[in-house]
Amino acid sequence: MTPHSVPDTAREARITTDPRYRALVRDRQRFSWTLTAITVIVYTSFISLIAFDKPLMAQPIAGGATSIAVVLGVAMLVGTVVICAVYVWRANGSYDARLAALLESIA
Amino acid sequence: MTARLARGALAFALLGWASVANAALSGAVVARSTNWTAILMFLGFVGITLWVTAAAARRTRTVSDFYTGGGITGFQNGLAMAGDYCSAASFLGITSQIFNDGYDGLIYAIGFLVGWPIVLFLVAEKLRNLGRFTFADVASYRFLQGPVRSFSAVSTLLVVSFYLIAQMVGAGQLIQLLFGLPYLYAIIVVGGLMMVYVLFGGMRATSWVQIIKAVMLLCGATFLVLGVMSHVGFSFETLFARAVAVKTRLALETGLSPADAAAKGRAIMGPGGFIKDPISALSFGFALMLGTAGLPHILMRFFTVPDAREARKSILWATVWIGYFYALTFILGFGAIVLISFNPAYVDGAGALLGGNNMAVMHLAHAIGGNLFLGFISAVAFATILAVVAGLTLSAASAISHDIYASVIRKGHAEPAKELRVSRITTVLLGIAAIILGIIFQKQNVAFMVSLAFALAASGNFPVLVMSLLWKGCTTQGAAWGGAIGLLSAFGLTVLSPVIWVAVFGFEHAIFPYSSPALFSVPAGFVAIWLISTLDRSPRAAIDRAGYPAQRVRSETGIDVHRPADH
Repeated sequence: MTPHSVPDTAREARITTDPRYRALVRDRQRFSWTLTAITVIVYTSFISLIAFDKPLMAQPIAGGATSIAVVLGVAMLVGTVVICAVYVWRANGSYDARLAALLESIA
Repeated sequence: MTARLARGALAFALLGWASVANAALSGAVVARSTNWTAILMFLGFVGITLWVTAAAARRTRTVSDFYTGGGITGFQNGLAMAGDYCSAASFLGITSQIFNDGYDGLIYAIGFLVGWPIVLFLVAEKLRNLGRFTFADVASYRFLQGPVRSFSAVSTLLVVSFYLIAQMVGAGQLIQLLFGLPYLYAIIVVGGLMMVYVLFGGMRATSWVQIIKAVMLLCGATFLVLGVMSHVGFSFETLFARAVAVKTRLALETGLSPADAAAKGRAIMGPGGFIKDPISALSFGFALMLGTAGLPHILMRFFTVPDAREARKSILWATVWIGYFYALTFILGFGAIVLISFNPAYVDGAGALLGGNNMAVMHLAHAIGGNLFLGFISAVAFATILAVVAGLTLSAASAISHDIYASVIRKGHAEPAKELRVSRITTVLLGIAAIILGIIFQKQNVAFMVSLAFALAASGNFPVLVMSLLWKGCTTQGAAWGGAIGLLSAFGLTVLSPVIWVAVFGFEHAIFPYSSPALFSVPAGFVAIWLISTLDRSPRAAIDRAGYPAQRVRSETGIDVHRPADH
C-alpha cells in the first residue's frame, strides 16, 4: 500500500455520513460531468462539421477574407480556456468553501 | 547526404502530425552552415539551466525532492506544463502546415488543447488528493500493488519511449538543420543535457527548465506576432486578405486560370485535406483529447503542487498558455505566407521553403528580426526539445524506481536513499537508451510515434485511472488486465493501420483502415476493465471493492493528502 498516515476511521465516517458532504460530492460531480459532456459534444461537432461540410466552413464572414472556419476555430481555442476557467472559479470558490466549512466542523 | 537529410526532415515534419497528413510534405533540404548566433544563444540557455540545476541539486536530497521538486505554485506548474506540452514539432510543424495549406494547422492545434478540460474535470483534483509521486499511486490505491503498478510502469515506459524516440529523432534533425551540427553530436548533446538536469536536479530542475523554456517560447512567438501584425496594420482581416492574395498570385504563376487561382487562394481559409474520412478524424481527435489525461509525464506534474486547489489552477494556467501559444502559431503561419512567400532568400522558385519544410517560422524570424532573432528562435526550439525530453525521462525513471523498485520489489519498504539511487541509475540508463534509440531510429519513419503515444495513453492509462477513481466495482484484475487489453488493442490496431502495415511493412492494403485506433481501443479498455472486474470473484476482489469508500472520501476531500514538501 501507499504509505498513509494512520487513518482516522471515526472522522472519516462522520464526514461520509454528513449530508453536506453528500450534497457537495453530488453537486461537484454533476457539474464536472456536465462540463465534460459539453466539451466532448462541442469538439465532436466541430470535427464533424469539418468532416462533413467543408464548403460551409470555408464561406467568408461579411464578404471579407475571414471565414466561418477561422471564427469557429478561434472560438474553440477561447472556449476551451473559458470552460476551464468556469470550472476552476466554481471549484476553488464555492465548492472549496463548502468543503472547508465541512472539514472544520468535523475536527 | 542530401537525400538522408530530406528523409530526416520529412520524418520530423511528420513528427507531431497525424499520420493522415503526409503527401504534401516533400522538397529539397539544404543543410545550413554553422549558425554561431544560434549556438551562442543556445549556450546561454544551457548556462542558465545548468546554474538552475546546480542550485536545485543542493536542495535535492530526499526521494520527495527528486520526484516533486519540493513544491511549486499552480501558476508555475501551469507554465511548466505548457513547457512540457508545446513541443518543437508543434511550433515548427503547425506554422509550416499553415504556410503550405492554410487552415488545417488550426484543427490539429485545437485537438491538442481540448484534452486539458478533460484532465481538469475528471482526474486532476482526485489525482492530487490521492497520489504522491506517480499516477500509479492513484491507479493502484486500493488494489494489490504488484499487478496494477506493473501495468502502470509498463504502460508508462511504452508511452514515454514512443514520445521520446520521436523527440530525439526530431531533435537530431532540427539541430542539424538549425545549427549545422551533425546528427550524432546533436543526439548526444540532447541526451547528455537531459541526463544532467534530471540526474542532479530532479523535478526541481526539470520544472525550471520547462518554465524558462515556456517563457522564452511565448515571448519569442509574441514578438514575432507583433512583427507580423505591424506589417498588416494590426488587422486580422488584412492579414487573411493579403495571405489569400499571395496564394492566388502563386497559383496564377503556375498557369491556372484566374478563377481557379482565386479559388485556390481562398482555399487556405477553410479546411483542406487534413481531415479525410470522418472516422479517422474522430478517432484521432479522441486520441488527442483523452490521451492527455493519460500521459504519465503530464500527470506526474500534479504532485508538484500542494493541493487540489493549486492542481486546478495549474491546468487553467496551462490551458491559457497552450491556447495562447496555438493562437500565435496560427497567426505566424499566415504571417509567413504574407512575408516570406516571394523572398528568394527564403523560398526557391517553386515556392518551397529553403532548408526544409519545417522552416517557415525560422525564415519569418529572420525576416522580422534578422540574424540575431533567428538565433534566438533557434535556441528556443532547441530548449523546447530539452524541456520535453527531461520531463519524459523523469517520469520513466520514477516508474522504475518508485513503482517497480520501491513498491513492487521492496513492497513499499524501500530505504529512501536506495530508492533515490535507483532513480538516478535509471536516469543514466534512460539517457543512454534515448541516445541509442535516437541513433537506431534516425532513418526510420517516426511520424506515427507521437500519435501512437497519445493513443496508448488514452486506451490504457486513461480507462484505468477513470475506472479506479470513479467505479466502486473495479478490481485489481480488472484494472491490470483491462488496462493491458486497452493498451494492446491500441498497439495492435496501429500496427494493422496504414501508417505501419502499408508504410513500414509494405503491404498493399491495411487491415485496419483508419489512421488512429482510439475510437475503438478506448472503449475496448473500458469494457475490458468492466467485464473482468464484474466477473472477478476472487477474495482480493472483495477487498478491492470494500476499499472504495475510504479512497472515495480521500479523493473528494484531500484529507491525508501528501504534500510535496512533506518528508
